[in-house]
Amino acid sequence: MPTDSHAGDSRRITYLEALAEALDQEMARNPDVLVLGEDIGGEFGGAFKATKGLWQKYGEHRVINTPMAELGFTGMATGMALAGLRPVIEMQFADFISTAFDAIVQYAASTHYIWQGAVPWTIRAPADGGTSSGPFHSQNPEAWFAHVPGLKVICPGTPADVKGLLTSAIRDNNPVIFFESKTLYRSLRGPVPPGEHLVPIGKARQARPGADLTIITYGAMLQSALAAAEELAGEDIEAAVLDLRTVKPLDTDQILESVKATGKALIVHAANRMMGCGAEVAALIAEECFEYLDAPVRRLGGLDTPVPFSPPLEQAYRPDAERIAAAARDLDAW
Amino acid sequence: MTSLSAVERLDIYRWMYRTRRFDEVMVSMFKQGRGLGTCFSARGHEAVSIGAGWGLQPEDFAAPMHRNVGMFMLRGLPPDQLYSNYLGRANGTTRGRDANLHGNGDLSRNLIGFISHIPQSLPVALGAAMSFRYRRQPQAALTVCGDGGSTAGVFHETLNMAVLYKAPLVVVLENNQYAYSTPVAEHTAVSELHLKARAYDMPSQVVDGNNVLEVFKAVSAALAQARAGEGPSLVEARTMRMLGHAIHDGAEYVPDELLAHWEARDPVVRFQRWLQNNDGVRPDELQELERAESELIDQAFAAAEASPFPDPDTVKAGVYAD
Repeated sequence: MPTDSHAGDSRRITYLEALAEALDQEMARNPDVLVLGEDIGGEFGGAFKATKGLWQKYGEHRVINTPMAELGFTGMATGMALAGLRPVIEMQFADFISTAFDAIVQYAASTHYIWQGAVPWTIRAPADGGTSSGPFHSQNPEAWFAHVPGLKVICPGTPADVKGLLTSAIRDNNPVIFFESKTLYRSLRGPVPPGEHLVPIGKARQARPGADLTIITYGAMLQSALAAAEELAGEDIEAAVLDLRTVKPLDTDQILESVKATGKALIVHAANRMMGCGAEVAALIAEECFEYLDAPVRRLGGLDTPVPFSPPLEQAYRPDAERIAAAARDLDAW
Repeated sequence: MTSLSAVERLDIYRWMYRTRRFDEVMVSMFKQGRGLGTCFSARGHEAVSIGAGWGLQPEDFAAPMHRNVGMFMLRGLPPDQLYSNYLGRANGTTRGRDANLHGNGDLSRNLIGFISHIPQSLPVALGAAMSFRYRRQPQAALTVCGDGGSTAGVFHETLNMAVLYKAPLVVVLENNQYAYSTPVAEHTAVSELHLKARAYDMPSQVVDGNNVLEVFKAVSAALAQARAGEGPSLVEARTMRMLGHAIHDGAEYVPDELLAHWEARDPVVRFQRWLQNNDGVRPDELQELERAESELIDQAFAAAEASPFPDPDTVKAGVYAD
């Protein structure tokens, strides 16, 4: 089982337990926080059980079961948020978020710029693949939203960051899309502070130091990048791993600082590479620290295809530690 | 609550006339090339905006649309500020960020702005209604949707959820016969639009949208029911878009007989006659009222035209809330 290198004396819990804890603690702390989504009410607790127990604890007014109407209930959450509540919307799968596109990218994202109406909702979107879940239960659609002014987009890669960033997202006064890696829900365990835990939105974290190159990543690919870096260390290649954690706003300072120090950048995400968030990071590096580069910027991402179902196809589609290590070796040899 | 005194009725006329003058001056100025972007005439919609808006309490939420200038004014947005928004000035409601009535939201007035993607305000108004239910406050949210908007999926999602959650929501379906160039009969399979609500067991009724007293009576009763926890309802107000979709549109596709039919039922003229026949309002009183309102509107447009444009340095301000 992969582990998380966060320092701390706390218990080790799963990625899913960490996010459930953040929800529970924020609901306990602030009566304006409520959750809504499909199948989350009653005894069921949602498709992934992230909200299990909340209905019994907080009641049906704060744990609202919705019909299969993402556009309608996302718009409804916007109205609640304008009225001062802090809804946390569970998209059953991140893939279904496209159904709510108008409510997110047109209405909620523009409202504060146009008429100063703050929309403090958070959409929790279980994303990510690698589990043979097929084209419509495996997507990483963060780039769709990173392109939209007015939204914040978070892609946590560790249990501690899930808790700390979800807490920050719920307290943020803007619409936040929170992409969870459902691949990590039960497979990744790590130390998580039991009490109030906040991680600032828009701050990257150096997950591993290294002088030879920088692997810039986020979400589930963090664990693959750390595994690759460990393997590379045995070959005397010291790869720094920078976990962006948030793709919008982007922590440009830390990206540039790390790449200036190593002179080489490899950007990795599970989403398809074409026009993905990595392209923006690569452009940033090219524009802002070209003279520090000792090699071209490299990118690894999913293929420009729908996410395929069958294991050999999906493995061909998705980056992994082995491919990250291979790309890093190429880059190191430059 | 749902009954009106003669003084209130005359005041309703004042607001309808103000709405009419606002629109006439706006259309005239845009035709003279003194506008910016485009504008959507509210001519013919005065009774819907004022009749429905009159039933609102300050604590209620309102989410009007692009032909509801009367409702925006009733909620407290002054005409000069609205004109400034049409002209892209810094003191417009959106500080130069959106055009005409789009985006004219103001949370200090419990007023929700709309976007061009109609009817996206519907679920947002439902959410505002849900906030009252959540906080156990005896208030309601009202939104306006067009005949065209009632064909969108989110219209049906919203009605279904409103009934499911027994939300204090009132939907005013402003049936003005056309969605841009497409008449109702060509965009909707049912002839009685309000019946769409019945599919979700939502009470609904039809009113003459050019009769302000009828609109007021139906909508204020619907709001009172919603506030009392009796759930949502829909009022279809039948009216007519007397000019084109937007200022550029000559609406040649609208048959002359149809316009003549509705012209004979002009909501402002009709209510003026009603006041003279039933409340004994004298012609000189009306003339004085109309003169004062025309002056107010002329001054408002002049004030907007004299207002400065936004500073380009502010272009990035406000994308995010602090």
